[in-house]
Amino acid sequence: MHITDILVTGEPIIYGAMVSIALVTIAILFLLTYFKKWGWLWREWLTTVDHKKIGIMYILSALVMLFRGGMDALMMRVNLAFPELGFLSSQHYNEIFTTHGTIMIIFMAMPFLIGLMNIIVPLQIGARDFAFPYLNAMSFWSFFIGAMLFNISFVIGGSPDAGWTSYTPLSGAAMSPGPGQNFYLMGLQLSGIGTLATGINLMVTILKMRAPGMKLFHMPIFTWSTLVTCFIIVFAFPILTVALALLTIDRVFGSQFFTLTGEGLPMMWANLFWMWGHPEVYIVILPAFGIFSEVIATFAKKRLFGYSAMVWSMIIIALLSFIVWVHHFFTMGAGAFVNSVFSISTMLIAVPTGVKIFNWLATLYKSKIEFTVPMLWSLAFIPSFILGGVTGVMLGMAAADYQFHNSYFLVAHFHYVLIAGTVFACFAGLVFWYPKMFGHKMNERIGKWAFWLFFAGFHICFFPQYFLGLDGMPRRLFITNIAEWLPLNVISTGGAFLMGVGFVVFVYNVYYSFRYSERETTGDSWNGNGRTLEWATTTPVPYYNFATVPYVDEIDPYVRMKEEGKTTFDESQLKPIHMPSYTGAPIIMMSFLGLASFALVFEWIPVAIFGLVGGLVMMILRSFDYDDGYYVKVDEIKRIERKARGL
Amino acid sequence: MAAEELKTGPLEYRTQEGRMTILGFWIFLGAEVVLFATLFATYAVLFGRTADAPSPMELFEPGTVLVMTFLLLTSSFTCGLAVHEMRRGNKKGLTLWMAVTLALGLGFLGFEIYEFVHYVHEGASLPSSAYWSSFFVLAGTHGLHVTLGIGWATLLLIQISRRGLTNVTSRKFFIISLYWHFLDVIWIFIFTCVYMIGMVI
Amino acid sequence: MAKTDKRVPMNHVIGFVLSLVMTLVAAWAVIGSNLSTTWVIIFIMILALLQAGVQLFMFMHITEAESKNGHVPWNMMFHGFALAAILVAGSLFTMSFGFDHGEHGNHGGEGEQHEQMDSEEHSSH
Repeated sequence: MHITDILVTGEPIIYGAMVSIALVTIAILFLLTYFKKWGWLWREWLTTVDHKKIGIMYILSALVMLFRGGMDALMMRVNLAFPELGFLSSQHYNEIFTTHGTIMIIFMAMPFLIGLMNIIVPLQIGARDFAFPYLNAMSFWSFFIGAMLFNISFVIGGSPDAGWTSYTPLSGAAMSPGPGQNFYLMGLQLSGIGTLATGINLMVTILKMRAPGMKLFHMPIFTWSTLVTCFIIVFAFPILTVALALLTIDRVFGSQFFTLTGEGLPMMWANLFWMWGHPEVYIVILPAFGIFSEVIATFAKKRLFGYSAMVWSMIIIALLSFIVWVHHFFTMGAGAFVNSVFSISTMLIAVPTGVKIFNWLATLYKSKIEFTVPMLWSLAFIPSFILGGVTGVMLGMAAADYQFHNSYFLVAHFHYVLIAGTVFACFAGLVFWYPKMFGHKMNERIGKWAFWLFFAGFHICFFPQYFLGLDGMPRRLFITNIAEWLPLNVISTGGAFLMGVGFVVFVYNVYYSFRYSERETTGDSWNGNGRTLEWATTTPVPYYNFATVPYVDEIDPYVRMKEEGKTTFDESQLKPIHMPSYTGAPIIMMSFLGLASFALVFEWIPVAIFGLVGGLVMMILRSFDYDDGYYVKVDEIKRIERKARGL
Repeated sequence: MAAEELKTGPLEYRTQEGRMTILGFWIFLGAEVVLFATLFATYAVLFGRTADAPSPMELFEPGTVLVMTFLLLTSSFTCGLAVHEMRRGNKKGLTLWMAVTLALGLGFLGFEIYEFVHYVHEGASLPSSAYWSSFFVLAGTHGLHVTLGIGWATLLLIQISRRGLTNVTSRKFFIISLYWHFLDVIWIFIFTCVYMIGMVI
Repeated sequence: MAKTDKRVPMNHVIGFVLSLVMTLVAAWAVIGSNLSTTWVIIFIMILALLQAGVQLFMFMHITEAESKNGHVPWNMMFHGFALAAILVAGSLFTMSFGFDHGEHGNHGGEGEQHEQMDSEEHSSH
């Protein structure tokens, strides 16, 4: 096979991307070698099983993916605002909206939230690590390698181009031959397995490793949202696994599930995809709700209003999320009765969500609000998200949906819920917990600039799209040559670039804060307003998290601990702490499976088998490995704690 | 964590780690239920879409299916006996019953392979039609699980023969027993929904 | 812990016999009985659920107190099976309306597909 059969050729933009990828890779390799950091990288990061480090790696990867997905978005917006420019070819445009959607949902939103869960959940419940640290490392590497596999598609083999929903028959072998669609299938499959493992891992962690005395209804609300999310992950991701596998078998081995021959049923793909896809929406929104609840309670300096109502509404949302999937394809033609059933179940979801909105407002009511950056993101979330939610109810009415379906009205709706919900929460959570991760806060002044730019850009970008949609502009449109649509499209593109500027300012803030921010001396970084256990740890958090695990029997335990002048540290109670050993096995195992997936993309079956066997051998080795970790000695703990606490 | 080791009760539940791993496996089984349910849903929707291939009614043989079912049911029973022996501290009994279990599992696989080859000869293979695709993938996924289970259990028997019954080996063995019984649960539904219902409709 | 000292675990034996009997009854209902198709399907689906119960409760130690896992295993299985019912019944419900088997399909089979869907619906409630 010749090299030009594999590489994508003929697109100047992609040549540019290839050159820049090569340059960045060479620069990274050079810097690592020059500063002799290879050993450090391997020992401290690539082989780590520490939940805090894995969380940081998740968030870093998610930020890179946000950049990639954002670039895709800007390119699309340029094409729509300046149609006569001919910026993108139609094929390239199709590829870009496909990768934009897939990356933002699977490789940006989920890993960002899972990264925050990784770092914060064990700290909030008084645990020393995950239930299965080895599995956690495996999950991360399967996500990371899956994401890389998906991302190299635009220089090697060609990107998928059938939309992030990858509807059959368009995405089947007959209409999308070649490796593009396989990249989608294998990349998602690999990272999906990691997500499922994370779901199980976090669920066991939360159910079994809470501090003594902490009942489920004493847990911080972010931990609750994580538990509910994991429940959805465990029950929804197998559906995606099967759907992807069936389409892979269709494409590679010639079965007839979703084909137009052999009495296959292409719409079955939509059915399976959305049975996973709708719960997936809640997988990315419920943790966001949890983050906002924490931030709002902290900066309103009040206990969260209606704690149990908040928990129960999340549980109800989780259960309802499994019975609304048809509202994504009302226009499929399933008939009035089917559509009515799912229309009603869809509108039911507005009820528990409304409960949550009122609880946040009630928490804010008559409180002394402190307008920090995370609080700004959270306050901006409430009205913006309501705009998205209300239009969601409009879309949920089956009869009206025949008008809105696949128009920019829909595009505006889901960007309003996903950006105002998930992305705002990611930023809020990252800024909020940043001191716990890196030992210093992000600069507030620059952070506010980033917030206002992004917030304004968001509304300027997406609010006009509602009207474009009502005017009849369909989604995934390659070129807009209708004059009435042009002004709003230009405005929208301006907003998109404003968001881009906001993101750049945010990233600059990371660098600026690293150089100039004050280092934290106390663990309770936000003027002593912390309410939950993560603020009771010292900063930086020692690798074993808690030298002694506190007894907790209430919501917001740290508030009372501060009133009574207590800390979690009790030197008389120190015992040796059992910790898991670092290991390189997860990254090696996942590299083998990554190789197998890559081979399957090009349908090189022998190489795929080699990769699978390699992965299996690694699993067998793991089964025979009886390494039981090590103990941290009491003297060592004393030394670390005394230094951190200034005793 | 090891300090919190209990002195009584089954070995696999004595450490926090053992209890957590078993709980994690139960959650994983919940995910497996959904995985198979998706395959069942696909099968149900594609039922009757045989195109030009033979219909299931023409090919299914009640005799073979019943033998397969009995093999798997018996293996589930002997697997339960193996766990029972493990809890009595009887390593020899465990090995014996598990060997019987694996032999029955291999027998099941043999019949399944025979069945698949037979269908392919009769003109019903994976690419023949939507119905046969869903049949082969559903039954094949179960068969793949059985195959993996046999390999996994063999590895564990080696570990048990080397290390004896400890907290860790008992936990691992208890988990494979859950897995094995679970495959029987799935087979019951394949037996009922695929073969039995396939013969009446 | 007393029961583990027994040489033969009686509940395992009972479970085994029960599952054999139920399998045979199901096979008889399909091959030998003259019940209508709908009733056969309902009947053998109930038998399958009972058999799954035998495996879970008599073989898999799902309710064992020593595990200290409380109701979680039971809960996961319950929700897993509930979702399984939603997936199967929901897919049939959604995919059966407005679609037929195409030109190759026989129309009698389609009618029974609806029947099967109805029975699934009932068993899931």
